Amino acid sequence: MKPCSFDYVRADRVQDIFEAFEHYGQEARILAGGQSLMAMINYRLARPKALIDISRCAELDYVQVRDGRLVVGAAVTQAKVQQREALAREVPLLQLAFPYISHFQIRSRGTVCGSIAHADPSAELPLCLTALRGEVVLRSKSGRRTLAADEFFTGMLMTAIEEGEFIEEVRFPLAVDGCRYRFDEVAMRRGDFAIVSLAVVASASEIALTIGGVADRPVTRRWPRSADLPAVLAAFAWDLQAQSDPHVSASYRRHLVRSLGQRLITEVLDETVS
Amino acid sequence: MKPYRSDTPHAIGLTLNGRQVSGQAAPRMLLSDFLRHVLGATGVHVGCEHGVCGACTVQVDGVPARSCLMLAVQAEGRSIETVEGLNRDCAVELTDLQQAFKDHHALQCGFCTAGILMSCDAYLKQFPCPDEDQLRDMLSGHLCRCTGYTNIVRALQAVVAQRNGIKQEEDENVRSGS
Repeated sequence: MKPCSFDYVRADRVQDIFEAFEHYGQEARILAGGQSLMAMINYRLARPKALIDISRCAELDYVQVRDGRLVVGAAVTQAKVQQREALAREVPLLQLAFPYISHFQIRSRGTVCGSIAHADPSAELPLCLTALRGEVVLRSKSGRRTLAADEFFTGMLMTAIEEGEFIEEVRFPLAVDGCRYRFDEVAMRRGDFAIVSLAVVASASEIALTIGGVADRPVTRRWPRSADLPAVLAAFAWDLQAQSDPHVSASYRRHLVRSLGQRLITEVLDETVS
Repeated sequence: MKPYRSDTPHAIGLTLNGRQVSGQAAPRMLLSDFLRHVLGATGVHVGCEHGVCGACTVQVDGVPARSCLMLAVQAEGRSIETVEGLNRDCAVELTDLQQAFKDHHALQCGFCTAGILMSCDAYLKQFPCPDEDQLRDMLSGHLCRCTGYTNIVRALQAVVAQRNGIKQEEDENVRSGS
């Protein structure tokens, strides 16, 4: 389908974003890579009055390591982060998850912050940000506030962004020595929405499993390495309150949480013992 | 701040296949429609209009992109390549990539082909020696209902082998001083 009509603002500077917010108020949406938003606009599921295009905003186009975190500005594409040579060392979980994010042709334009802002419960980047306990920096005319991932995601496609705010950057904590990271996902087709996605962060003392695609946002559970794995996984799978949809039943989702969780976690436990 | 009002057409200037062109578009016009209906680049095929099928894939500043997920106004000042421009710098009618698609019967109805060629062209520049798994992963961003993809993979493997063969030959010639 074709979009409804809207005004378009090219924000080449951050100041332009504030001016556009002032002019259009709540009716304006930020457009970065457009790989989620434009599809929704074409379907007319989203009907913004104005789009504020930040894809050419040089002030938001940066990836850097700062204070133990990989910091990604709002205009940075997924391809740019995926192609970082040091990514496997810096944030190994991201390196494992990137190939599952849609397709080469989408990652070339889609932005990291855009996926976080879209907050699809089955998307890989919100899962990684939650699993690593990363942060989202929201900027408004009056300043900045920094939210932990689990404060930022508030529900299905819902976030803590308030009127007049936009995501300036997201911060992924760098790999910790001795920690192990794993990622896996099941989808109907390569690059399709995840039915279940899993991220494991295993430290010397505990295992953290984060699940996407089941609840209305990514959810993490932590337990000591010595825990009875099948029992904790089963409890976690039930607590996620999986729903059935026309493709997949709730019990299959629980099955994936149990079986893939078991496989990934056993793998890291074996690796760190040997 | 440079607003484009929704109810008025705006002049959009861009480079299309190496040529400076311009046309009028209101903000809601998709790049795919702008390329086809305003600039006449009908090699851009429109399938699903929500980014899934890949038929409308073009290159924006050398990077593959769904033209249905981009607005015409966003293309202002950009360099856009469509399938019409593929053989621009090539003395023969078809590029090696296009010829390989023909030789290996990598298309039937051809609807998806223009987009696939634009993806493959960009991908092989970035990754000159992909294996079959990598090629299939890249092709997962396109839907083709005729070929079952096998012949597309074969065509791409032939191009990779040929390009790398030419490179190797030149390297050997340089080394042996001939």
